Amino acid sequence: MATDTITGHARAPKFPWVPVLLYLTLGVLAFIFIMPLAVMVLTSVRPLEEIRTAGIIGIPQHVTFDAWGTAWNEACIASVCEGLQPYFRNSLAIAVPATLLSTILGAVNGYALTKFRFRGADTLMVLIILGCFLPLQAVLIPAAQTLSSLGLANSVFGLILIYAVYGLPFTTLFFRNYYVAVPDEIVRAATMDGAGFWRIFTQIMLPISWPIFMVSVVFQFTGIWNEFLFGVSFSTGASQTVTVALNNLVNTTFGVKQYNVDMAASLIAALPVLILYLFVGRFFVRGLTAGSVKG
Amino acid sequence: MKMLKIELLTACAIGAMTVATPAFAQDKSVSVVHYWTSGGEAAAIAAVKEAFEAQGGTWIDQGVAGGGGDGHDQVLRSRTLAGDAPGAAIPKASDAVEWANAGYIADLEAVAAENKWDQNLPAAFLPSLKVDGKYIAIPLFVHRFDTMYANARLLAENGIEMPATWDEFNTAADRLLAAGITPLAHGGQSWQDEILFEAVVMGVGGADFFRKALVELDQEALRSDAMLKSFDQFRRLRGYVDANFSGRDWNLASGMVANGEAAFQIMGDWAKGEFSAAGLDLGREILCSGSPRNTPEGFSYVVNSLSFFTKQPNQHQATPGQELLAKVLLEPEVQLAANLAKGSVPALTGLDLSTYDQCSIDTAGFLAAADADGKLVPSVQGGTVNVASVRGAVIDAATAFFNSDMSSEEGVTMLADALQNATE
Amino acid sequence: MTKKEGIAPSGLARSFDWAGLRRYLPAWFAVAPSLAALLVFVYGFALWTAYISLSASKMIPDFTFVGLRNYQRLWGEDRWTVAATNLVTFTVLYVGVTLAVGLLIAILLDQKVRLETPLRTIFLYPAAVSLVVTGISWKWLLNPGTGIEAFVRSLGWDNFVFDWIIQQHTVIFAVVIAAVWQQAGFVAVLLLAALRGVDGEMVKAARLDGAGPVRTYWSVIIPAIRPAFISAFVLLVAFALKTFDLVVAMTAQGPGYASALPSTFVYDMAFQRNQLGIASAGAVSILLFAAVIVLPYVIWEFRKTDGH
Repeated sequence: MATDTITGHARAPKFPWVPVLLYLTLGVLAFIFIMPLAVMVLTSVRPLEEIRTAGIIGIPQHVTFDAWGTAWNEACIASVCEGLQPYFRNSLAIAVPATLLSTILGAVNGYALTKFRFRGADTLMVLIILGCFLPLQAVLIPAAQTLSSLGLANSVFGLILIYAVYGLPFTTLFFRNYYVAVPDEIVRAATMDGAGFWRIFTQIMLPISWPIFMVSVVFQFTGIWNEFLFGVSFSTGASQTVTVALNNLVNTTFGVKQYNVDMAASLIAALPVLILYLFVGRFFVRGLTAGSVKG
Repeated sequence: MKMLKIELLTACAIGAMTVATPAFAQDKSVSVVHYWTSGGEAAAIAAVKEAFEAQGGTWIDQGVAGGGGDGHDQVLRSRTLAGDAPGAAIPKASDAVEWANAGYIADLEAVAAENKWDQNLPAAFLPSLKVDGKYIAIPLFVHRFDTMYANARLLAENGIEMPATWDEFNTAADRLLAAGITPLAHGGQSWQDEILFEAVVMGVGGADFFRKALVELDQEALRSDAMLKSFDQFRRLRGYVDANFSGRDWNLASGMVANGEAAFQIMGDWAKGEFSAAGLDLGREILCSGSPRNTPEGFSYVVNSLSFFTKQPNQHQATPGQELLAKVLLEPEVQLAANLAKGSVPALTGLDLSTYDQCSIDTAGFLAAADADGKLVPSVQGGTVNVASVRGAVIDAATAFFNSDMSSEEGVTMLADALQNATE
Repeated sequence: MTKKEGIAPSGLARSFDWAGLRRYLPAWFAVAPSLAALLVFVYGFALWTAYISLSASKMIPDFTFVGLRNYQRLWGEDRWTVAATNLVTFTVLYVGVTLAVGLLIAILLDQKVRLETPLRTIFLYPAAVSLVVTGISWKWLLNPGTGIEAFVRSLGWDNFVFDWIIQQHTVIFAVVIAAVWQQAGFVAVLLLAALRGVDGEMVKAARLDGAGPVRTYWSVIIPAIRPAFISAFVLLVAFALKTFDLVVAMTAQGPGYASALPSTFVYDMAFQRNQLGIASAGAVSILLFAAVIVLPYVIWEFRKTDGH
């Protein structure tokens, strides 16, 4: 603009290349990202007959929400035909405590190991974080035997324990990276004032931690809600989790596949996490900004 | 010998009476872990459950859906090793053998003797259902693996008869190909590739060769000319499937035959359910037969059975609920109702199948005939006899061959080497 | 940017002092429960697995020692070789592409765009959907007969080919697409948050020095968000090693077993083929692979912050 006048060319307003390119790229990316969801939603509202004749991917000719109703409270899971709805309670009863437990412990670990760097603290941190990489298929059998020797086999508490423990490496990592950026002077000053370990944690650290708390909660809740391997091994029948029930609904090898019901059920099972994302997504970014890398 | 058996039985019975407290005797509940969760399977299970509960049992359903029972096997193992074994589960018979060797299978000899199981089950099944002469698996469904389905309209339009031999099949397929029709509907998943392979070995080499090579794992048979010819035919089939076969679910392949997009499907007899569900008349609109074979014999089966577990190893005492359920499973009415719902045929011999569809009646007839002349062979993948590592090796070799451009010689070597490895 | 981290354990490391103990004891106590749990559930189980990998275990654990036989058989299995190769390809591409796409999205969203909230939600939602569902919908989309290829052809481009998922040599790239789709948004949000946290003064200074936008991002902003990158990197590597449901739902490890991964191999061996010994040998191999790629990075990172 200024340069234009200086060079003296009488130009029409310059074509806004940068914003157009920016929005175009975002638009294309958004399209790619939304496509699978669109396919699922569209399939879930098409009648089965239409899917059978016109193929799995297509624009609905008739829109019907029957499949959603069926998936919610009619579809048969093993011999119980009450849809997915009874299993939500089980999942909540497991995911909520396990999420909170692992998040709180992760916060404590992150705080203790970054702000009280006793000898070996970093080694402990590495030991904890390496737990992220354990392939869970390999530990199923020792996990089963351990739970049974703790008297927790086939109980909700067993799954809560498992999920909380295997979430710890991740939550600790989150809080570590967050607390590393919190100036040490704060803790030092509080120590000078005579505040102890727990008082500093509850009165100084926790209040500024809510953003990473959100991240950790969302991450853990998603992971636990969608977890299948341990869920199927340690919850059966009426106590199974939604993801296991969903698998039992969708993953039937023999018999007619009801693609619309499968897709509706998949969406219903994902709904609580999706809603959580909608609500918390905002805090995610805004929050993370608050405390992070202003070292 | 017989005396001894009776004495043992009496001892068992007395044992049962002394162990069982009155309160315990009233509790005839059995938790059942299974993977028969979809349409026809669930209906079949419901028939069993109904009969069991009518006689005072309580069925605690713990179905785990998925892929031929992988989820089931995993749940069964985690729970059993955690000291929380289900009352009953449906491991493959060869896996049940391993559970029996580990001491987790309940003793049902009293029920077996009382209900004359030995006399009422096909002789060929018995060895795979017993360990040390005791039942470890109670057969409920019998499926045939080597069956073929065809779209009758497509065949008629192209002047093709239901092919009986592989040569006839190849001629028919070439004609269909020329007419722009996909000859073979197939889903490229490893287990489906392997089912195709088994059908080819059965058809090219015959039942005795199949048994020698794939059940007894005789290295000479595995490296023989008949095996080479089988791989040739298997390779040829690759040219008869459409370009997009990879990863397709088997029921979508059935759908292609139902819709007239493809002419044939070679699949176990559970595919019937898919055609009936599409509203097609089995025997008229959809033709069914054994898969092509060069000698008119052989029948490859899987027995789906229930095994009964004890919570602690080496405590063989069955609970009253387990004994009742075991008895119910082999009652003629239960076998008839359950198999009708699942599309399989009863394990019990000599039942009146007049309510069944023509394909099933034929299957039952072939089953009896094959049992009589010793041509009844257990399918590899069914796992009635072959142990898991062997099943895996055959599946790997079949799918690796089918999805690559390996020569038949390479295929033969790969399979024989893999089986040598797996049984080491 | 220099970092001042942690309260330097001045004095404590060298000579024992009671005041120090008093100060660090609560921290020790606070970490102890987590540590104990992880010692059992991670390290104990890993050791158990390592022992089983040297045993004759088949369907159930059997503690008869057989030396390295399971490893010999493992590395003699073609299926394992394919799985191990796939893991390397998959991990490198998945981690690399997800970080790149995530960073791109984060930078684009950081340009004060309109509709940031809905866009962010669109990019983020895949992370909420289970891998089973991801696998199924991408299976349809990538299948040439039902998905993108068929769609583009129906628009008139008859020769359009996009059949990665059915070719043995490309199927793993198809899996990468779905996996990137799932996590790129999550990474983008992590990085976006970090971008927003970068000190504005620093960016201004760089601009004043005459750095263009690309230079500014490359040499000032991106280095400043390194901790967020590390979080993302660790998470992605962990996800890569654990990828399981996705492959099962999307390709069933096919065509053939061309898209098998060590995790699916281990599961199959343990639960389908009753080869617990070989499965454990596979699991131990995965752990070693993880150690090889992650340990140097993690140790380097912690060493650096240690040095004050």
